[in-house]
Amino acid sequence: MSSESNAARESLQRNDHVVRTERLYAWAIAGSAFLTILVTVGIVLALLGEALTFWSAVSPLSFFTGTKWSPIIDGEYGLLPLVSGTLIVTVCSALIALPTGLAAALYLSEYASERTRSFLKPALEILAGVPTVIYGYMALVYITPLFQGILPVSIRLIPPGLDPLPAFTLVIPSLQTFNVLSASIVVGIMIIPMVSSISEDALRSVPDELRAAAYGLGSTKYDVSTKVVVPAATSGIVASYVLALSRAIGETMAVTMAMGMSPQLPYFPNVFRNLAESSQTMTGAMVQIASADSLGGVTYEAMFALGLTLFLITLSMNVAAELVRRRFREVYQ
Amino acid sequence: MINQESTPAVQSTAETTEHTESTQASRGPAIEAHDLSVTYGTETALESVDIQIPDRQITAIIGPSGCGKSTFLRCINRMNDRIDAAAVSGALSFKGTNVYDESVDPVALRRRIGMVFQHPNPFPKSIYDNVAYGLRIQGISSEIDARVKLALKRAALYEEVSDSLEKSALDLSGGQQQRLCIARAIAVDPDVLLMDEPASALDPIATAKIEDLIAELSEEYTVVIVTHNMQQAARISDRTAVFLTGGELVEYDDTETIFENPEHDRVEDYITGKFG
Repeated sequence: MSSESNAARESLQRNDHVVRTERLYAWAIAGSAFLTILVTVGIVLALLGEALTFWSAVSPLSFFTGTKWSPIIDGEYGLLPLVSGTLIVTVCSALIALPTGLAAALYLSEYASERTRSFLKPALEILAGVPTVIYGYMALVYITPLFQGILPVSIRLIPPGLDPLPAFTLVIPSLQTFNVLSASIVVGIMIIPMVSSISEDALRSVPDELRAAAYGLGSTKYDVSTKVVVPAATSGIVASYVLALSRAIGETMAVTMAMGMSPQLPYFPNVFRNLAESSQTMTGAMVQIASADSLGGVTYEAMFALGLTLFLITLSMNVAAELVRRRFREVYQ
Repeated sequence: MINQESTPAVQSTAETTEHTESTQASRGPAIEAHDLSVTYGTETALESVDIQIPDRQITAIIGPSGCGKSTFLRCINRMNDRIDAAAVSGALSFKGTNVYDESVDPVALRRRIGMVFQHPNPFPKSIYDNVAYGLRIQGISSEIDARVKLALKRAALYEEVSDSLEKSALDLSGGQQQRLCIARAIAVDPDVLLMDEPASALDPIATAKIEDLIAELSEEYTVVIVTHNMQQAARISDRTAVFLTGGELVEYDDTETIFENPEHDRVEDYITGKFG
């Protein structure tokens, strides 16, 4: 009894060894945390430094408003064709991924049985783990030839009987080997898991009480899903959309492989040409410069200006997604 | 406040009496269960219940935790369908139709049997959209404004929110949210209102308001209310059913009889607080 109370008294003594180890752990893990910040800051500074050198040689105005990108041959550094390429791929892949991703999320969260969910969800996440270079050649080797077998297609918009009217025909041209359509399709497929996974989390975090309330009022499952659960999860869904778009904007390997390297302002009014022909994104242009053999010089620095611009675009989108998400967290706490 | 609200309460008693005299002969019970049992897997939640719940009266269901009273309530509008493990046997009829018949659509059933839950659960939408929800899913598009306003008035909430119908329902207090949920349930004009401990999450003042409201609602609706609170059952209900552990309906009678002269000793013990 007395020896026990002695032991208890002794244990109140501070053990210097334990204190030192504790301190060491704290420093080690804090170091890892701050290292990542340090690296980010370093990247931004490196980008900024080279980009500023570039902008002292080429005026920012002509960079941001120029309509021709031909750095190696003509020394033309106009950003707009690359922005156009990036935007077209992003919009087309979004047309594929956003509805499909949300539908998949809705199925997983509201309709699928526990058993179906238990294999479908990991399967979707595997899709996110496929290396992007593989998507790149799926586009080149399978998707493009598949469409080349179907296209060109021409559709008469006015039926043949109506002679006084001019014969408006819609022509979807055949695909070039490198084309925007295949690139958009694979990028779309690539970002589906991102949309479905984050949207599903948002849908599942809608309290079950709301579903009970809706069912209690005589809602069908469709009503509950579309009129109660999806609206209640809007912020999370929007956040998943923004993150997926930001991923599409930054996607490099697949688009470089699938859509080639011919920077192009949008064709108008024949919009299908934009999909059928080759183009280039901002990321694609950077790859092209990086794989050229010269280091240094204005063209080399242009890569950093492109990188900084891209970084600012995706950073602002990620911040936007986080803000939307934070609003959504507040609702149920 | 109390004086204002006592006047309609008196009227309601008078009207209920009229209803009873003029219509009871033609009306059967609103809800009738025969040999109704529910199991969750191997666990029995409700054991062979027989009960007849009268039209346009308040029936209270009391009993200790886990006695199956909420399970019974969820049987009436088939909310148990949402629980995969729940298996229902026996018969439960609503206005003469067995609700577990294969031809019965639970969606249509729930449109006639409204439900108010233990915790206020308004949708994260505006006050107006909450009340209009049930109308809209039924495809009702005429006079939505008037119906929403009427439901809010009947739920004794209109005066407090008339200027802020477009505000989020989540900004209301707990008591107001619960009255909003009642308004949402009665906006579609159901025949029956099921209430699962509707005041248990509320403070005494909000509880008093809900109780007054329930008394008024029984003019037009058959109300079945599950409650933990025996004083509440004694105050507001016409009939009381006592469920005891094991999901057994032990006694069902006029509320006065149950509280003053129960037949079973177990019921008396429960009511006088000797267990439960």
